[in-house]
Amino acid sequence: MQNYTLSINGKSQDVTASEDMPLLWVLRDLLDMKGTKFGCGQALCGACTVHLDGEAVRSCSLPISQVGSGKITTIEGLSETGDHPLQKAWVDHVVPQCGYCQSGQIMNAAAFLAKNPSPSESQIESAMEGNLCRCGTYNRIKDAILTASKSL
Amino acid sequence: MMPKLPFLKKHASTSLSTGSSTFNPVDRSEIFRASRRDFLKIGSLAAGGFVLGVNFQCSGPKGELITFAPNVFVSIGSDNIVTILAHRSEMGTGIRTSLPMIVADELGADWSKVKIMQAEGDEDKYGNQNTDGSFSVRMFYEPMKKAGATARHMLMQAAATEWGVAPSECDTEASHVVLKGSSKKIPFGDLVSQIQTMEIPKPESLVMKDFSSYKLVGTDVPIFDAKDIAMGKAKFGADVSLPNMLIAVVQRSPVVGAKVVSYKDENALAISGVKKVVKIDGPGLPAGLDQPLEGIAVLAENTWAAIKGSQALEIEWDLGPNQTYNSANQLQEMLKSTSSSGTVKRERGNFNQAKSSSGKIIEKTYLAPFYAHATVEPPAAIADVKADGSAEIWAPSQHPQWARGAVAGVLGVDVSKVRLNVTLLGGGFGRKSKPDYVVEAALLSKAAGVPVRVQWTRECDLHHDYYHSQSAQRIVATLDGAGNLTGWNHHTVFPAIGAGLDAAPPSDGELDLGCRDFPYDVPNIKIEAHETTAHTRVGWLRSVSNIHHAFAICTMLDEIAETRGIDPIDQALQLLGEDKDITFAGEMVGDYGNYGEKIEDFPWSTARMKKVIQTVAEKSNWKQNLSAGKAMGFAAHRSFLTYVACVVMVENDAAGNLIIPEVHYVVDCGIGVNTDRIRSQFEGGAQFATSLAMTSAITFENGKVQQNNFDTYKIIRMPQSPKKIHVHIVPSMEKPTGVGEPPVPPFIPALANAIYKLSGKRNYELPFKA
Repeated sequence: MQNYTLSINGKSQDVTASEDMPLLWVLRDLLDMKGTKFGCGQALCGACTVHLDGEAVRSCSLPISQVGSGKITTIEGLSETGDHPLQKAWVDHVVPQCGYCQSGQIMNAAAFLAKNPSPSESQIESAMEGNLCRCGTYNRIKDAILTASKSL
Repeated sequence: MMPKLPFLKKHASTSLSTGSSTFNPVDRSEIFRASRRDFLKIGSLAAGGFVLGVNFQCSGPKGELITFAPNVFVSIGSDNIVTILAHRSEMGTGIRTSLPMIVADELGADWSKVKIMQAEGDEDKYGNQNTDGSFSVRMFYEPMKKAGATARHMLMQAAATEWGVAPSECDTEASHVVLKGSSKKIPFGDLVSQIQTMEIPKPESLVMKDFSSYKLVGTDVPIFDAKDIAMGKAKFGADVSLPNMLIAVVQRSPVVGAKVVSYKDENALAISGVKKVVKIDGPGLPAGLDQPLEGIAVLAENTWAAIKGSQALEIEWDLGPNQTYNSANQLQEMLKSTSSSGTVKRERGNFNQAKSSSGKIIEKTYLAPFYAHATVEPPAAIADVKADGSAEIWAPSQHPQWARGAVAGVLGVDVSKVRLNVTLLGGGFGRKSKPDYVVEAALLSKAAGVPVRVQWTRECDLHHDYYHSQSAQRIVATLDGAGNLTGWNHHTVFPAIGAGLDAAPPSDGELDLGCRDFPYDVPNIKIEAHETTAHTRVGWLRSVSNIHHAFAICTMLDEIAETRGIDPIDQALQLLGEDKDITFAGEMVGDYGNYGEKIEDFPWSTARMKKVIQTVAEKSNWKQNLSAGKAMGFAAHRSFLTYVACVVMVENDAAGNLIIPEVHYVVDCGIGVNTDRIRSQFEGGAQFATSLAMTSAITFENGKVQQNNFDTYKIIRMPQSPKKIHVHIVPSMEKPTGVGEPPVPPFIPALANAIYKLSGKRNYELPFKA
């Protein structure tokens, strides 16, 4: 077991964890931050996506020991009141069905839009390929990203 | 060691026939004023308010009346907030929004002042809450309207007394009673004390609103939870956390029926955070539908320690009779069996005679694999079993009462001692009707003496699902000299839901799902079922055996049309014949289930089917000359009493990969409640069906599932997903029917038929090889 100081959503958090514990379980089990979801444990579905220094990463496959001083942003830290352009677009397009994968979808899209604020449809498709949605909300996700890109 | 689990047959059998309820939705609900006791149960939300209950009476399977005890559905607070209880499980269909919409609209409530509360799982209070079979709106449309109308009439009566006018001079609007032709209005909340003592109006005295005056029903209403979801605040099963809770990860029998011979847990217990190792005794064979598999659970302070602990277990298994099972071999044997005679389940005319006198015979076979549900949220449940045997459960459950009963059964307590809280479901598709994972949580909490969350990994989920059956089918069609379709002989075989090592044919309920309800005017029809065994747990997946039946039937019809030299849409309209209600009278061997409804109430209407087919031809511009490299395919199928026609367009991209640029769906689901959620179910249904058609399959070798995670059990991803999905809803005043499952069946054959037109290659096996 090791002590770590993490920077999460602009706040410093001390945790004690085994060094191989993925960031996902640090967030969910040790810090009670349940917005980030578990889907596959193998970085195959994207439900656990968070940002590390602005990059979208799969927290299920990122051991805490590799986080270092990197700044972590989770869905809880994307905006205070749900007014990030993507969150607003998600509501406007009524994207979610069951909603379980959507934290990961939004976090992945947010990191992507930060780098490419005016993407084409095919760029969105490639960027979002790692995020599975079993309900099949892909087209509304794409539309919401396009809407959000216009308001950035 | 834990006691052997009883097989809760009572609950299992309720869903065997069609994967849905047998309750008849003919509305016999009664509205009543909730008692003080009921009131207190939701008192925190209805403080100082008026509470109205809906007392359901439904027909049971034998037509007997079943009355449910008082329950609470709608309350009006003195703060003018209307609270509506959602008693169906939300797994992405939008039902938590759609049913309250009906109440609110009839009541005349301001939607922005409506609160929705999730009901716990309690059959006595809420009636059957089994959320599958696409029947929530079908069953509860009328009772919800009646609840809204009752409250509205009472509020209008109260306001009329205050104003000294007749109630008929009043109306409701935006949570106020208004005096027609004046600016006078009173908020609902100000009338609560008057209506608390008022007599409940007789149902026959209620004047329901005209459909055209609805402001919510029939429109696009955003789902209630959208913003919470977008902010990561929505609570799913695994998001529940209790003090002192341990997390359990279980290694389960790698082969269904396997039993633990011995196990070593030293290495698991040595992992920091691991607290306890508990054996779960499984039933062996038959595996049942509501019991855990045998397994060893590692309980730890956090999920990661539990995962590592479960991997560190060393278990010696007695694998049992299924250890030699190979699904590919079984599929070939099943296919072979279809060339002999089976059990006849429907007969019209004399197929054998038609065959011997036919001008042409077309005979094709169709194969489809096992599928896993693969909800992105793997099963998880939380149980807190107290020392006195009572338990509180939190679970993402489609069928909370089955879960509650199963938990009570294994704990050996009365169901009243089990409280079951339904969380949001991170996808269901039929998987979360089964309570096995909920029972695991209860057993483990009892053994550990603390609250336990059982967390399935993705590998657990894919290895230990209740799979959609693999299937083999053979269809023999005969044409006379003039090219008329004269005979239809459909053989079908698949391991039935709930089947085991004794060979059995599919149940009538499964054959009723798109096979023997073949609606076309063919003079000679013979439907035959064949026996096979089940070596895994078989369950129901979104649209159940409609998936493989519609695939075979609708691709065969396309092939027949080609042979006959006519357009497949023209052929479908021709074969449906004149407008009529089909009852299958005298043709079915055994009763036709019709999704739990009487055929007189919900007949098979050729007129409604023709309408959706004609509309899809028009909307997709079916007869257009497509540019080279593009093609369209068509299929139509009725399931869950909803009529759907589908046209899928395909093309190859520059790299030669197949893409689906456009899909047209036309649906007649009767009255459409939340049109946006109807469209979203079809949009998602197309994606779900694309996975079934093109990427997903579960296979078994030596009794073990070969797919471990999303790298080998593939789900369609955004770049390969259908692009523009147009959903056209036929305006209809017919009784509302479901939309969760009906999008899936016709999509797959429409896609197969489109691919054939593009490439000249017919696909007879799912998932498509090319």
